[in-house]
Amino acid sequence: MKLTRTKSFKTFIKPLWENNPISVQILGICSALAVTVQLKTAAVMALSLTFVLAFSSLIISLMRNLIPRNIRIIVELTVISTLVILADEILRAFLYDISKQLSVFVGLIITNCIVMGRAETYALGNPPLPSFLDGIGNGLGYGSVLILVAFIRELLGAGKVFGFKVIPQSFYAAGYENMGFMLLAPGAFIVIGLLAWLQKTVAKG
Amino acid sequence: MENLLSIALNSVFVGNILLAYFLGMCSFLAVSKKMETATGLGFAVIFVLAITTPTNWIIYHYLLAPGALSWAGLPAADISFLKFIIFIAVIAAMVQIVEMVIDRFSPALYTALGVFLPLIAVNCAILGTSLFMVERNYTFTESLVFGISSGTGWMLAIVSMAAIRKKLRYADVPEGLEGFGITMIVTGLMAMSFMLFSGITL
Repeated sequence: MKLTRTKSFKTFIKPLWENNPISVQILGICSALAVTVQLKTAAVMALSLTFVLAFSSLIISLMRNLIPRNIRIIVELTVISTLVILADEILRAFLYDISKQLSVFVGLIITNCIVMGRAETYALGNPPLPSFLDGIGNGLGYGSVLILVAFIRELLGAGKVFGFKVIPQSFYAAGYENMGFMLLAPGAFIVIGLLAWLQKTVAKG
Repeated sequence: MENLLSIALNSVFVGNILLAYFLGMCSFLAVSKKMETATGLGFAVIFVLAITTPTNWIIYHYLLAPGALSWAGLPAADISFLKFIIFIAVIAAMVQIVEMVIDRFSPALYTALGVFLPLIAVNCAILGTSLFMVERNYTFTESLVFGISSGTGWMLAIVSMAAIRKKLRYADVPEGLEGFGITMIVTGLMAMSFMLFSGITL
């Protein structure tokens, strides 16, 4: 059996495009947009979310036969918040500047609908390995949209990619101007709306 | 007093929790299809925010903040890293209590808000407001005003969105852009118009 045909691979690859958590499932947009002014913060956010999502799916799936149905939400929230605290402490220890810029948004991973959504719909009913892969896949699917939006916003808004100037000085001399609008909140909404349009059109055709 | 007024105006308009900080998007997109439900959820959010933000303030400043445990003889203790888990627990518990109290004393209001109350526990706007309250070092009264006014701002956004979506049903939206895409773009335009308020200084 080829690798691309296995069930695990499909579990992993599906959320990256076909069933993308942001543009198709419409989950987790809350924190998706606020951190996309710069690529750096978006990348860190994407990694933290993938970490939390993968491990929360794994842990919840391992416990799925032990959790009583009535209190499952509180158990899920406890697992997720513990992982978020871990992620936050790691960021504060090793990437202090970025964690300051991300401000409350790392904490908000707890209420990110993707994490709860995957725990409820997938991890509770599937064995640990597929759940772990599903977590990573969804995390990366979310991350890729985040990074794409951040790339567009940083490039058009500040003329930079990962903090490096990429638009040559001669452009500015010739009258090119950064689109400051991209750095403001409405820019993010519009970019993500257009991306969803693009994805739907491509997926159809 | 002036300070409180500026916090209120700022969090309703300029720093609108939804349009400027993108919090509470999930329920915003899911529930803005009908006017009545949007209004119902809006009131429920204001209500819960008005209770949870001050409660979390008290818990943070008397239990969690660095040095907050000095009344218990532990001046060096700093357990502020526990704030995420404690805040979400407080919010979930509060939502549950509010639900029970409303059910007991006002069945009419309960049937109106009923479905939305459990949803609110995982609304990012609620946790976000509590976390912002810590980050911005508000005092107790400020946190109360901040809670109520960010709820009001959120409600304003979701109710206007519901109204716009109602009109949008008659519009001929390009194929592929319907649904999520156009909603995001409309939200973007709305956010733009809310930014005009940033000229107001008090």
